[in-house]
Amino acid sequence: MPSISLTLNGRSVSGEVETKTLLVDYIRENQKLTGTHVGCDTSQCGSCVVHVDGKSVKSCTMLAVQVDGSEVTTIEGLATGEELHPMQEAFRQNHGLQCGFCTPGMVMSAVDLVAGNPDISETEIREGLEGNICRCTGYHNIVKSVQAGAKAMGG
Amino acid sequence: MDLFNFQTPRSIPELIAAKNSANAWLLAGGTDLIPQLKEDRRKAETIIDVKKIAAMTNISAEQDGGLNIGAAVTATTIAQSEIVCASYPALAYSVALIGSRQVQNRASLGGNVCNAAPSADAVPALMSYGALANIEGTKGKRSLMVEEIFTGPGRTVLEQDEVLASITLPALPENTAAVYQRFTPRREMDIAVAGVSSRITLDANSKIVDAKIALASVGPTPLRAKAAEMTLIGEVPSLKLFEAAGAAAASDASPIDDTRGSADYRRHLVSVLCRRTLASATKELIQGDLP
Ligand SMILES: Cc1cc2nc3c(=O)[nH]c(=O)nc-3n(C[C@H](O)[C@H](O)[C@H](O)COP(=O)(O)OP(=O)(O)OC[C@H]3O[C@@H](n4cnc5c(N)ncnc54)[C@H](O)[C@@H]3O)c2cc1C
Ligand code: FES
Ligand code: FES
Repeated sequence: MPSISLTLNGRSVSGEVETKTLLVDYIRENQKLTGTHVGCDTSQCGSCVVHVDGKSVKSCTMLAVQVDGSEVTTIEGLATGEELHPMQEAFRQNHGLQCGFCTPGMVMSAVDLVAGNPDISETEIREGLEGNICRCTGYHNIVKSVQAGAKAMGG
Repeated sequence: MDLFNFQTPRSIPELIAAKNSANAWLLAGGTDLIPQLKEDRRKAETIIDVKKIAAMTNISAEQDGGLNIGAAVTATTIAQSEIVCASYPALAYSVALIGSRQVQNRASLGGNVCNAAPSADAVPALMSYGALANIEGTKGKRSLMVEEIFTGPGRTVLEQDEVLASITLPALPENTAAVYQRFTPRREMDIAVAGVSSRITLDANSKIVDAKIALASVGPTPLRAKAAEMTLIGEVPSLKLFEAAGAAAASDASPIDDTRGSADYRRHLVSVLCRRTLASATKELIQGDLP
């Protein structure tokens, strides 16, 4: 079995993984970080989105061995202690979730999407989140949340 | 998915040596390959990650004004590249159609080409710019026109020991413009029912001196619409001319009926998209309405 080392939510981790282990399974099963969800398992829904080297990716469509040497951030890595990340806080304030299943992926996608763009438009947000599906909210409050989060992050 | 060997070569020679064995597959972004492995549509004994090879992850300007794009460069990098946006906007536009942002952050240009889907969105733009596929193998290097590498759905001329190292976009003559458009029932996260990329070059008298039209999703491989191109050469752009080119392109297409559209519908889409892409390309070159 190959062994991999990576930085996961700011912490160095290493260990052996089977080559066929998907990144999402590595995160959920090996690392016991279950905030990253699996919805479709086919790269459609975006509930598994994490950051690899600062860019949003669908972790159901990556192998754990592909992140050897990378920095990976999951939803658990956003908050600082008890203090939510501004994008998480914006989702809370703007009712950007109902059941919450899509939310980790939405938040991770949004953080990558708005970086450097505090005044992002509604159109840019809707297009930027086309790979994230929500079956509850109808997206309206998600868009509002992302706009508020972008402002709070200050680009 | 079965277990496989996983290799991460650091150079193209190491990559070629690793690929030269049965059931060895390259992995770039994995956005095509990993779903295929998950569904057991592909069996792999060895998977070789190409993203750690510096020579395959760079965009570099060629001496003669062309552009070389490493096969493993991502759609996001291409769509954000100033030089691609300025000189080859139809390519920048088409890679930004691939899936969603998260898919584009992984998906490579080489993967879009080598997966050899008739619907691959980046391919028609490459074909209409006259792009070359630079292939390397144990016996040396060869360069083919992008359209020459497809032999059928999911199949290319690449031998077991060969890899696509990069794509070269040639320097374009003055007065050249290209536009890609596709038709999908949903606006995004969908596969083209038909796609057309049209590139024209005009001379000083606004006559069309070169035209390259490429079609997606209307044949076993991406296709050049040669009859449509012939109708354009030597003519001055007009709506009537573009109608005729669209009709010719519909006959160049050889679509099938499937769940996403009937053959007749696809031919109709080709004629409409051909006319529209030619008109938008012309707009970039000539002021005012078309006669
Ligand atoms: C949700 C989703 C939506 C999508 N939407 C679109 C879309 O709208 N339009 C579209 O065109 N595509 C779409 N795709 C397909 C895919 O994302 C693209 O084809 C992408 O460009 C593939 O690149 P990759 O680097 O991920 O390829 P990989 O999966 O890594 O590789 C694809 C194939 O090419 C081979 N290969 C890769 N690099 C090389 C090389 N250098 N030399 C030789 N062989 C090589 C691999 O072995 C494999 O067989 C979508 C995929 C998903 C999951
Ligand atoms: S679980 Fe990965 S995109 Fe749906
Ligand atoms: S809040 Fe339920 S799926 Fe989005």
